[in-house]
Amino acid sequence: MARKKFHVAFYLLGGIVAFLWLVPLIWMVLTAFTKASFVMQVFPHTGWTFGNIAYVWGQVPFGRYYLNTITIVVCTYAIQFVTITMAAYALATLHFKGEKLVFLIIFVQIIIPNDILIIPNFMTISDLGLTDTKLAIMLPFLGSAMGTFLLRQHFKTIPRALTDAAIIDGCNTAQVIRHVFVPNAKTAYISFALVSVSYHWNNFLWPLVVTNSVENRTLTVGLALFAKSKEAVLQWTNVCAATFIISAPLVVLFLVFQRQFIESFVSSGIK
Amino acid sequence: MFFKRTSRRQMNQTLLAWLLLAPTLFFMVLFTIWPIIRSVGLSFTAFELGMRTPQFIGLENYTYFATNALFWKIMRNTLYFSILTVVPAFVLGLAFAMFVNKKYRRGIGLFRTSFFYPVVMPMIAIASIWLFMYMPETGMFDQLLMKCGGKPLGVLSNKKYVLPAMAAMYVWREAGYLMIFFLSGLQNLDHELFEAALLDGASPTRTFRSITFPLLAPTTLFVSITALTDSLKLVDHIVIMTEGAPNNASTLLLYYIYQQGFIFFDQAKAATLTVVMLLIMLVISMGQFLNSDKRIYYN
Amino acid sequence: MRKKLLASMFLLCLAVSSVFANGSSEATSAKNKPMELTFFFPVNVGGAVTKYVDKICNDWNAEHPEATVKPVYTGNYDDTVVKIQSSIQGKNPPDLFISLATQRFSMYVQDAVVPLDDFIAADGAEGKAYIDDFLSGFMEDSYVDGHIISIPFQRSTEIMFYNKDAFREVGLDPEQPPKSWAELADYAQKLTKVGADGNVERYGVGIALNSGSAQWQFTGFCLQNSKNGENLMSDDGKSIYFDTPENVEALQFWCDLQNKYKCMQPGIVQWTDLPGQFLSGKVAMIYHTTGNLGNISKNASFDFGTCFLPGNKRMAAPTGGGNFYISKGISKERQQKAWEFIKFATTAERTAQWSIDTGYVVTRKSALELPQMKAYYENLPQAKVAYEQIPISKPELTSYDSTKMWRILNDAIQAAITGEKTPAQALKDAQKEADDTLKKFK
Repeated sequence: MARKKFHVAFYLLGGIVAFLWLVPLIWMVLTAFTKASFVMQVFPHTGWTFGNIAYVWGQVPFGRYYLNTITIVVCTYAIQFVTITMAAYALATLHFKGEKLVFLIIFVQIIIPNDILIIPNFMTISDLGLTDTKLAIMLPFLGSAMGTFLLRQHFKTIPRALTDAAIIDGCNTAQVIRHVFVPNAKTAYISFALVSVSYHWNNFLWPLVVTNSVENRTLTVGLALFAKSKEAVLQWTNVCAATFIISAPLVVLFLVFQRQFIESFVSSGIK
Repeated sequence: MFFKRTSRRQMNQTLLAWLLLAPTLFFMVLFTIWPIIRSVGLSFTAFELGMRTPQFIGLENYTYFATNALFWKIMRNTLYFSILTVVPAFVLGLAFAMFVNKKYRRGIGLFRTSFFYPVVMPMIAIASIWLFMYMPETGMFDQLLMKCGGKPLGVLSNKKYVLPAMAAMYVWREAGYLMIFFLSGLQNLDHELFEAALLDGASPTRTFRSITFPLLAPTTLFVSITALTDSLKLVDHIVIMTEGAPNNASTLLLYYIYQQGFIFFDQAKAATLTVVMLLIMLVISMGQFLNSDKRIYYN
Repeated sequence: MRKKLLASMFLLCLAVSSVFANGSSEATSAKNKPMELTFFFPVNVGGAVTKYVDKICNDWNAEHPEATVKPVYTGNYDDTVVKIQSSIQGKNPPDLFISLATQRFSMYVQDAVVPLDDFIAADGAEGKAYIDDFLSGFMEDSYVDGHIISIPFQRSTEIMFYNKDAFREVGLDPEQPPKSWAELADYAQKLTKVGADGNVERYGVGIALNSGSAQWQFTGFCLQNSKNGENLMSDDGKSIYFDTPENVEALQFWCDLQNKYKCMQPGIVQWTDLPGQFLSGKVAMIYHTTGNLGNISKNASFDFGTCFLPGNKRMAAPTGGGNFYISKGISKERQQKAWEFIKFATTAERTAQWSIDTGYVVTRKSALELPQMKAYYENLPQAKVAYEQIPISKPELTSYDSTKMWRILNDAIQAAITGEKTPAQALKDAQKEADDTLKKFK
């Protein structure tokens, strides 16, 4: 009996907190699809409409921003894939002079978040003449300490015998990496992909400072411009519609691949 | 004078290793190491709007900030905000983790989802939503206050409430993130210990105090550092919600850097503040270093 | 496996090259390619203004395929100032842009913009007539050291919008809006409506206090109160006068509206919230830009009026808004085309159409004579107030390092409103900071 009571209390409390946590999402989604009103309600009473989404899509070039963001996210990961694979292989299997120095550099990148170096990095991008390009948004992230480290840990668990067998079969280093290491570290690649993609999809300050034009702006910068513009006046329905447009893909992806998301976020923190 | 003998094989390994590491190191050095050096260098110069090259002025930037009331106000804000976010996010994250760490209960996945989803939303989107929730009088927060018989507060324009209000939003986002680390820590604990405690008749609070929490210690330290770093490095919400108003009551250090660098275009002052930020990060990472017990090197 | 890898490498290369290709297209524009001018512009009012700018550019591009103009929307004024600065810093400036008139000293001292005197002189008598046709109240915001730096475009002044229905409700004459500070305080208190639960249902007046807006409102109060109509700064932009007794009085009055008379919403009233609050009847009178006239007249469900800002020692109002600038770091040919585009965008017809579409004030005398302009004023008499107010209007805070000056003044106003400092102390501190900053320009 006491156990049952405990169960009820458990779910009740959990339910209330979970609902509280969901309120902003519920409100945002419902408001994005209902007509404007002056008072804010979790469950709006005004009629349903696709007008907000249509209006925002017409006003702001979100299609272009989508394309930009996807290009940036995909290219960043594709390049990271190559760089971290090479680096992780070296760190996992080879003993070489200067190993400590390399670890030190990796350690520095892990403790210094990129966000705080916007000033000097912006100057570097200016010196290279790359302001307002997609490349500028990607460059600082192409050598990822976190990714390298994550992958190295995985590579270390791959049995030496596999490598030796491949070498006996006549594989060179590149072939060993391709045929032995990459296929055996799929989970690490997926983990890093989810973390990398969500980081770059959501990143704001850096794209804000290095881009000027519609051709290179990301979704987050587009949303910020819209939300801060004087056009957003009184029309929170429109801002919600815009918010919905930019956050829906990741949230949906998360709902579908929950377990993978949570696991990859855990493994990306250094344990 | 003699050379240490290195085998050919080892030479080859070193060469190969550096070749493989070259691309990664190139980007790391260019965008992490070099900017740190550059910030330190720039912080000893004057380099503002209209100047073509930086001019050496020694420690002037540092003395400027040391005697600047606004700088200290912002440092206080930053510290206050960190405390306001780290502590509740930590407690809630742990509570959530304990809560959803019961695999046999039905519907637990749903709770986990609702606690974690804010993490995958862009901060900009979150700030846009919460900006409306905090809108004076018409926003959800003030509506609720008024329904409960209180006065509307308009929290974002009130110097007392603006940081706590932003912190609440931040905790809402961060708690779910910290939860997953506690969760993985809890799931790695030895279950036999708990069964033994149960047999001894230890109360749940006692079990938590004497077994769970101490065993979670490494996770705890990691989580604290993560929460602290996160609270220092995220400023997207300030751009959307207040731009530092009222009278810099909501300006945090990184936003101040952004403001000096990209609004006033005083790059030397911005670099000086960057150095301050780097020092803070260094101190925090000392904790991480102690925690990692050199696993980074020899795991 | 090998094939797959090759294919994916190929895709990768393609993706990377597309990144480069989409990047700085400027660099690749060879001689035989037509010129494309980049044009940054802000939008700072409600309604879909970007499409009117796009239309002007499309019209130009249809006539001038050899030098097309590419409009780039860069956010509100503050964001646009930041974007222009960072693109100059990044050595990739736009060819021409619209920015605040108040930015001219900063632009000039950085050598970022080209003086327009030579272009005007090259146009001969026509050039002189073109400049003379602009309303002098706006044109005076274009000079630095005697050079013309910019051309007026989206110019505005601030007027009062008031809810006539609310006036009737509390027994005020809807045709007699407040003319003085005393009347303003009196009416605003009458118009403030407190509900049964003790919460305010409607505030009397709304005047924006957020950073980037407060300095504009304050200019109005100061002009209305200063001894001889002096502004907050000297004409050469090198001196600032924040802490005069008259300005302290003005700030005190503003604080009183909120804290003593309790007829204004507490805290930092947001510029962007005001039109919405006005339209929903949550506030009866607002100070706002004429640029929002289009938006308000389209959405108001009640009878609304516009009038001059209430005066004190005199009637006065601030002007503001954006001007055209041409970048210095581009070729002569590009500058020439940019100049022609500016003239194209500011012909009498387009000036009139722009004003009708957006609510911005007409900047050219000849535009006023056009039949479409006359018809517009006939249909929407509220719009005429803005134009009539121009002769008594003066520019908002303009100086060297104006972004910083704005921030200093905004912070001071917010400190006074939130009770952190007295108005006198806030303005005194601001004066000191401003003096320190401007020292180097003297």
